[in-house]
Amino acid sequence: MTAPAPARFAPNLAARHRRGRFFRGLFFAATLVALIALAVLMATVVNRAFGLVAVAYAVDPATISDRPLAEMSHDELQAMFEANASRGLLRRLEREKPLSNRSREELLALLVGEVLQEQVVQTWTLWESITRAPQIEAEVAASHPAARLSFRSWINGRFLTQPMSSHALEAGVRTAVLGSLLMGLLTMAFAIPLGVATAVYLEEYTSGSWARRIIQTNIDNLAGVPSIIYGMLGLALFVRFLEPLTSGAILGVADSNGRTILAASLTMALLILPVIIINAQEALRAVPRSLRQASFGLGATRGQTVWSHVLPAALPGILTGTILGVSRLVGETAPLIIVGASTYIVADPNGLFSKFTALPIQIYNWTSRPQPEFAHLAAAAILVLLLLLLSLNAGAILLRNHYRRQLG
Amino acid sequence: MTVNATARRLPASARTIDLVRRPRRQEALVQALLVGSALLSIFTTVAIVFVLVREALLFFRAPEVNLVEFLTGTLWQPAVGHFGVWPLLSATLRTSLLAVLVAVPLGLAAAIYLSEYASARARGILKPVLEVLAGIPTVVYGYFALTWMTPLLRSLFGVDVVQFYNTASAGLVMGIMIVPLISSMSEDALSAVPRSLREASFGLGATRLETALRVVLPAALSGIFAAMLIGTARAIGETMIVAIAAGAGPAFTWNPFLPAETITGHIARISGGDLSYNSLDYNSLFALALLLFCVTLGLNIVGRWIVSRLREEYE
Repeated sequence: MTAPAPARFAPNLAARHRRGRFFRGLFFAATLVALIALAVLMATVVNRAFGLVAVAYAVDPATISDRPLAEMSHDELQAMFEANASRGLLRRLEREKPLSNRSREELLALLVGEVLQEQVVQTWTLWESITRAPQIEAEVAASHPAARLSFRSWINGRFLTQPMSSHALEAGVRTAVLGSLLMGLLTMAFAIPLGVATAVYLEEYTSGSWARRIIQTNIDNLAGVPSIIYGMLGLALFVRFLEPLTSGAILGVADSNGRTILAASLTMALLILPVIIINAQEALRAVPRSLRQASFGLGATRGQTVWSHVLPAALPGILTGTILGVSRLVGETAPLIIVGASTYIVADPNGLFSKFTALPIQIYNWTSRPQPEFAHLAAAAILVLLLLLLSLNAGAILLRNHYRRQLG
Repeated sequence: MTVNATARRLPASARTIDLVRRPRRQEALVQALLVGSALLSIFTTVAIVFVLVREALLFFRAPEVNLVEFLTGTLWQPAVGHFGVWPLLSATLRTSLLAVLVAVPLGLAAAIYLSEYASARARGILKPVLEVLAGIPTVVYGYFALTWMTPLLRSLFGVDVVQFYNTASAGLVMGIMIVPLISSMSEDALSAVPRSLREASFGLGATRLETALRVVLPAALSGIFAAMLIGTARAIGETMIVAIAAGAGPAFTWNPFLPAETITGHIARISGGDLSYNSLDYNSLFALALLLFCVTLGLNIVGRWIVSRLREEYE
């Protein structure tokens, strides 16, 4: 009946509050770990995408030419390359892409890489380059007198515009970026119509029926299937079973097997369908009921209502969800390995039935190599990939805001 | 006007138009197309099961293979006809366990902070960070494991103890990868607990911590358990981190600092090479994929079922 005596209550309260503050700090720290992990991850990548590099020619340039290579024309470079490269190498390169079709920069890169054999002697990270530059210079001068030390941004114009090469200094991501983009477009061409149609069917045509429950449960479960399983499905179904179609044999353009960009895109379409469906469903659900009822009240059929009223209103949401689907797809690696993306390819993808590589495949390939210079290349490629994802997501946000303003 | 004009031109018998029974071919066609695309998702599931089971059956019918050895054997050497799944399975369990051990405490604490403590401004900063973490491709996490986590472990425990490729590094980084999944699912579960429960607890004089840990957390426990199950499924199915950082070659060991290949890593490595169809190697990959599919599907189904039951409970 009497109020608790403050004297008996107070010491206990202080301890309880202390515990409260302690745990609050603990919970906050755990949340901060995520932030720190993200920062460390970015720092690790940036740290390796730039830094000092010591390079040296295995063959002295003076032995093959008395003029600097940079001043030479396309034909001179080609003649010099043909004079100095081995027969086997020339044959292989001609097969990949005829020398006369290659640009002056490509020839220069070949000459430096194959004939002069410019090689990386040693590399340093950005952090080391900033903090220990004088020591590094002294080390290089002492151990490799012929080497030239320079600060290199591994992500540069050449890196973005040159195809894959086995020489770290000439390698680029052009083929991989084009492959990723083409595959993304193709995948979307398959997945968007199918995904939106499925979402429309589930949201507008069925309500609470058993058909809807089954399909919905199925889609939710598909969203949780590991991507590597989709890769196995793609391997068995698109690469092997449908090989005549995916290799282009039906159309008479076959030159290899079913491991084409078409097969990969079909696999990826199945993989992101659940994502697209679930996002499109949410967008459709956000459209007010009254809009549909007004349309029905004016005598419109269900199809007319959906096509002329519900879909336009849901479009921004569908687009945003779709872009999020694309960014999932661009970073997906495992299924591409399974369906057989090529790791070494120099020709741009030139159609549905070409062999291809993709940006994450390139990153995986470079990461798996033991030489340190490839870790720098992988870091540069990761930056390209993250920038691509960032611009996709920024696009999604801008698009959403634009439409929200327009509709609001 | 036009209606009248049409009506006048028609014979008397057709003047009353029955709109309800009028055949609508276009509508029927559209609906058929929609049903078709919806059925594609069913087809995908059927195709996955069919493909995996078919190739796996070919594998188990081969004379070199028997199911008991597959499920209990500790030697995976296809070249000499040994197909015991445990070297691969143990590596998968080891990396996933480590990932869950990292991700559950971190993710749960983050979820409690975000749902019970954080101001709107703090949430506005922290939630996007978690979403960014969730959106980073797994191949990037693999690179992170190899170039940051592995050197860190090696400098902590010694270069002789920790091999260059090891499952510990892959598992830890995988844990970081799953934190956003666990935290967002747990936060959903915590927010689903009605406000009235918290208010009753505050009214009885409990502190914020006591309310969070003794009232809200127990009420949301099933949802948090579901988050753990689905997070585990993600970890088991994760491929790129282990393919890059855990090492190549099946090895039966429980030491997390030694290299070992997981089920997913093995599938990725073998199918990345030149693989001839109809070989036992090829079929064995599908048997492994079937095992993976069953485990992850089971975890996902149970997890989803718990979430839907929780939703019913409070709505």
